[in-house]
Amino acid sequence: MIEIENLVKRYGNVYALDDVSLSIGEGEIVGLLGPNGAGKSTTMNILTGYLSATSGSVCVNGIHILENPKAVKRQIGYLPEQPPLYPEMTVKEYLNFVYELKGCTLDREAHLAEICKVVRLEDVSHRLISHLSKGYRQRVGIAQALIGDPPVLIFDEPTVGLDPKQIIEVRNLLRTLGKRHTVILSTHILPEVQAVCERIIIIDRGRIIANAKTEDLARRLEDAQSFRVKICGPQKEVAAALREQSGVAKVEALPERDGESYVFIVESMSKVDIRRSIFTLCAGKNWPMLALEPIGTDLEQIFLRLVEGEKAEKESKKRKGKR
Amino acid sequence: MIAIYKREMRAYFTTPIGYIFLAFFLATAALVFSLTTLYAMTTDVTGYFQVLLYGMIVLLPLLTMKLFSEERKQKTEQLLLTAPVSLFSMVFAKFLAAFTVYAGALTVTLLFFPILEIYGSVKLGMLFGNYLALLLAGMAFIAIGVFISALTENQLTAAVGTIGILILQLGISLLNSLLGEYWARFIVASLSVFSRFSAFTQGIFDYSAAIYYLSFTAIFLFLTVAVFHRRRYE
Repeated sequence: MIEIENLVKRYGNVYALDDVSLSIGEGEIVGLLGPNGAGKSTTMNILTGYLSATSGSVCVNGIHILENPKAVKRQIGYLPEQPPLYPEMTVKEYLNFVYELKGCTLDREAHLAEICKVVRLEDVSHRLISHLSKGYRQRVGIAQALIGDPPVLIFDEPTVGLDPKQIIEVRNLLRTLGKRHTVILSTHILPEVQAVCERIIIIDRGRIIANAKTEDLARRLEDAQSFRVKICGPQKEVAAALREQSGVAKVEALPERDGESYVFIVESMSKVDIRRSIFTLCAGKNWPMLALEPIGTDLEQIFLRLVEGEKAEKESKKRKGKR
Repeated sequence: MIAIYKREMRAYFTTPIGYIFLAFFLATAALVFSLTTLYAMTTDVTGYFQVLLYGMIVLLPLLTMKLFSEERKQKTEQLLLTAPVSLFSMVFAKFLAAFTVYAGALTVTLLFFPILEIYGSVKLGMLFGNYLALLLAGMAFIAIGVFISALTENQLTAAVGTIGILILQLGISLLNSLLGEYWARFIVASLSVFSRFSAFTQGIFDYSAAIYYLSFTAIFLFLTVAVFHRRRYE
């Protein structure tokens, strides 16, 4: 559906995007993730034709953006970081304007009514946009992107500035939209992509540092994993027995104590699942196991690891270069 | 393109700016009309049109100042620039909206002349010549205003910048009479929208001047398109 090849965007000497290539299939929900200023918005702006790339190519549905920008723009519904709303218009007037602007040919009344229903704007359709709350404005922004029923939807940080209830609503909406559209969404909030996206692309300083299915990315860390185990039994004995287990790299006994039980941090060797053997051990010795939880499998950790790994790699390259 | 034109027209009259323009325009026109014809006891309208043209230096930037600057400030230009609309039709739609309001206001001033007819006859040819001249010159003013508005995100900067350029143009045309050499006069005259005005006010249809105004307008509209084109690559 979307093919991006060797995309470079340079502002003077600064590379906002440095050789970005990616491909997104039809019906996928993809999350672009990265710290502020990583190049997420730049990527989206190029994809929607708002900016032009310094070099590289963008194809949507087989159409090259430079060859036929109008056709590409017709395929895309875009919600920029700040929803592009005219405060002096009512919601209804605004949606009608966008309908005409996009040269939409669907049945106007039915189409706009359906969109208002999907994003739940019916109650405010006669109110001025300048009188709407932030959450409603964001919904009008989403409604605008949906007009014309474009196959690709691009949302730049759709949940920024919303309250927790609205965030959940928007996420549910995105999931619903993902059933019928290809959705690209950018965010710097990790749980958001984890909650909504099937695939995650992590961008840092203009480069893609990870591109994988959400669950694969989460599994990556499980290769070498730490667990927090709470076992009811004599502390020293338990620690020694844990150390003897095959696949266990390190055992640390924490000073925490809860009655008869102690907490241990057990680190496994790479690609070994030690949970079963810990269970069998405890069962055999009749030490009740009260808790076993993995540590650091959320994206937050992966993200930091990837970003830091990248940094270290660059620095070592630099050092080598100097020598 | 029609969508942008319609939105722009609505914006003029759902915000105060359209009314402010109309009020000031009609007040200025009426005042100038009374002073140059009724009080001066003459049916010669040349002076009226000449002064009205100078009034446009301040009035027309009111119409053009927010056309693009406000879009940029409100971030709504992202909607226009990512919509399946060409840059030129976007620029032209906005130009046309400003021109429509201006032409509409000018049409209202036609009502002045039956009054003048009571006191003496007005030469119709001269009247239409003058109106045509005002329309053409206004077109060029608006094109400059559209261009300046695309350069900034501040309405006030756009207005002051446009007024500044128009005054500069007026200065150039005044300077023209001081120059001796024909070629120098020719170059200076082609730079200023004011130099071409006089033939029309005598009731003569000056083709070269009409073409001059139309091409002047076209150049500034294309420059505006170029501004947006360039910004994409910045």
